[in-house]
Amino acid sequence: MSAVSATLARAVRGVRWYVSSLMGDTAYGNYVAHHRSTHDDQPPLNERDFWKERYRDQDLTPGSRCC
Amino acid sequence: MSDKPTTAPTASKGASSPRSAVLPPTAIPPKDLAPKWTPMKVAVWVAIALLGGVSWTMLAIVRGETVNAMWFVFAAVCTYLIAYRFYSKLIERKLVMPDDTRATPAEYKADGKDYVATDRRVLYGHHFAAIAGAGPLVGPVLAVQMGYLPGTIWIIIGVIFAGAVQDYLVLFFSMRRGGRSLGQMAREELGLIGGTAALIATLAIMVIIVAILALVVVNALGESPWGVFSVAMTIPIALFMGIYLRYIRPGRVTEVSIIGFVLLMAAIIGGGVIAETDWGVAMFSLERTTIAIGIIVYGFIAAVLPVWLLLAPRDYLSTFMKIGTIVMLAAAIVVVRPEITVPAFSEFAGRSDGPIVSGSLFPFLFVTIACGALSGFHALIASGTTPKLVQKERQTRFIGYGGMLMESFVAIMALVAALSIDRGIYFAMNSSAAATGGTIEGAVAFVNGLGLAGVNLTGEMLSTMAANVGEESIVSRTGGAPTLAVGLAQIMQGVFGGAGMMAFWYHFAIMFEALFILTAVDAGTRVARFMLQDTIGNFIPKFKDTGWRTGAWICTAIMVLAWGAILIMGVTDPLGGINTLFPLFGIANQLLAAIALAVCMAIVAKKGLFRWLWIPALPLAFAAVVTITASFLKIFSTVPAVGYWANHTAFKNALDAGEQSFGAAKTPEAIEAVVRNTFVQGTLSIVFVTLAIIVIAAAIGATVRSFQTRGGLSSEDPALPSKIFAPAGFLATPAEKTLEAEWDALPPGRKPTVRGH
Repeated sequence: MSAVSATLARAVRGVRWYVSSLMGDTAYGNYVAHHRSTHDDQPPLNERDFWKERYRDQDLTPGSRCC
Repeated sequence: MSDKPTTAPTASKGASSPRSAVLPPTAIPPKDLAPKWTPMKVAVWVAIALLGGVSWTMLAIVRGETVNAMWFVFAAVCTYLIAYRFYSKLIERKLVMPDDTRATPAEYKADGKDYVATDRRVLYGHHFAAIAGAGPLVGPVLAVQMGYLPGTIWIIIGVIFAGAVQDYLVLFFSMRRGGRSLGQMAREELGLIGGTAALIATLAIMVIIVAILALVVVNALGESPWGVFSVAMTIPIALFMGIYLRYIRPGRVTEVSIIGFVLLMAAIIGGGVIAETDWGVAMFSLERTTIAIGIIVYGFIAAVLPVWLLLAPRDYLSTFMKIGTIVMLAAAIVVVRPEITVPAFSEFAGRSDGPIVSGSLFPFLFVTIACGALSGFHALIASGTTPKLVQKERQTRFIGYGGMLMESFVAIMALVAALSIDRGIYFAMNSSAAATGGTIEGAVAFVNGLGLAGVNLTGEMLSTMAANVGEESIVSRTGGAPTLAVGLAQIMQGVFGGAGMMAFWYHFAIMFEALFILTAVDAGTRVARFMLQDTIGNFIPKFKDTGWRTGAWICTAIMVLAWGAILIMGVTDPLGGINTLFPLFGIANQLLAAIALAVCMAIVAKKGLFRWLWIPALPLAFAAVVTITASFLKIFSTVPAVGYWANHTAFKNALDAGEQSFGAAKTPEAIEAVVRNTFVQGTLSIVFVTLAIIVIAAAIGATVRSFQTRGGLSSEDPALPSKIFAPAGFLATPAEKTLEAEWDALPPGRKPTVRGH
């Protein structure tokens, strides 16, 4: 029984991981991890400012969506 | 020959550095890449081949009364698997030659934002969501006119040898060049003239594609209060999501998408209630022209608003809906297994006077179905965001080739959905109002007069279907979207809810197509505006500054007016807009594909791989023959239904002779409109074909020069050693699993971090 529930829990975790990575929830985490490994001297942006900057960048470099 | 795999030098460089000397390898050694054929594996592939063969036999040779939809699914999936395993592998080994010891741009340019090494399965989803839109849902529906077999063969064979090859090669070549765009690669490989022609063609294509997609939405929403209400509600829902993400809970994208999805469902249900009320009907029954003007105004506002407010949230919603709906439709087809009564080749397969797509099977089938088989537009995505996110070089096969196979599968499902509805209803929905008069009686008389075997349309069938899907009428609802929606509703009601739910599923389908298209309209306008700013900037430098508001507004307005004019032309066309304009959409898209393949061919030639040049040259030759033949027919054909100029002359003569009505045009103003529209369409055809010929000629020139010099200097970024490892395909192979475990076993401090700048 516990094997089944463990498999189920793993599946749920997998779906959660996939959906949140695909939709972009993990973007801030990626940025912080990257920041930590490169610019130790300055603190990273907070989440709100990170998204503000990200959308500003998107404004300046639009990507196309297909038909 | 500048591009030999750099395994040996990189490996020795890696070994000499003390830090990486103790790290596990970053690539599977070449000897472990060769597959070991076990009896089990052989048996599996034989079984796949047999099932595929049986399915194709059922579709192509056995002629029963009906054919089950499952055979389409099996034929497609088995063929995709074989092509992926064998053909794409051949391309990988002989032509692409990826090298996992080499860092990708996501590694050597890592910045935590645009260049981020992304898990291959996540990136697959990303890339798929960016390439697949309304295109593969519309073309196959229109091609059903010719029967089921021509479309099925082209979608499946086309993707294997053309579409997926293009996506894979462009993705890989762009990745090797730091994620450079198609335009930049064209300039590098084809020189100034070829590069400029490619740039102008891309801009023109963008305009025509946005216009025709918008026309599909207008046709789906015309005289449909339910549709207008629920699609209009996507705007406040997206605004709410944008504000939520900015001010309430930044970064909670999945959460806000689920909220948005629930609101969207409420909007669909609410639309049904409102369409029952008198005030709702009065308020939301709009003329097509009014809707078109609405979309034009919307397009301008959306493209100048900040991304976070409207575009980004709509994009989240559309990704969410896209993947969800496609999975749902696939499951429903497998559960319901509809029987299909459409013949393999219809009466129109061998003629050129079809009411939906005019012109002969060759070349017009191949331009009617562009997305799903070969879509040039993908080259812009495969040379845009995706190459900057690839973790390891060998993953490009799964993402590029595999991603396009999935889009092809979507096209097959759209085809099945359109095939599952009654043929009489299909022709009544898709024949232009000029043919049916827009009335039930007119449609019945017209469709029964076509002399189609087994078709006996009655007025009751049309009115019952309209009532079931909650629409006033379904006669002449052209553009493909309403037909697909009826097909989807019919399949889905077999799983959930029965006939009572058909109206919901119909409007669900309309809503999700409109969602993709409005996102594409917004994003397309923005991209086109930037291209225009960049071009004007060569003469007036101030325009290059993309932060300059006035310049951005002027260029946005120009682009919106350009596609808006074509949209209005399509909406008011007395000959029935979509039927005359859709070939231009396909030609434009295939033309872009020809440009992308031409660039790929020039790159392959520069690498000196002449033995394998046919891999890009074969689809290039096909796309070139199709677009050029189709364009020439559109320009020179003397049959008015096919040739724009023949039509132009016929209507112009009628106008000069002072006729009060001519053909489908019932008033002198309508005759004038046809004269004007055919002039624009004919001119666009000439522009497109001229640009295509210039680009292809430039590519052939570049290829011949490379042949004379036995290759050329590569424009790739220099090779840098990789410091990470990840498997290549969807599932890790045993060798990859072992290596992955070695990497996972490293203590956290020892794992190299992806470092940029």
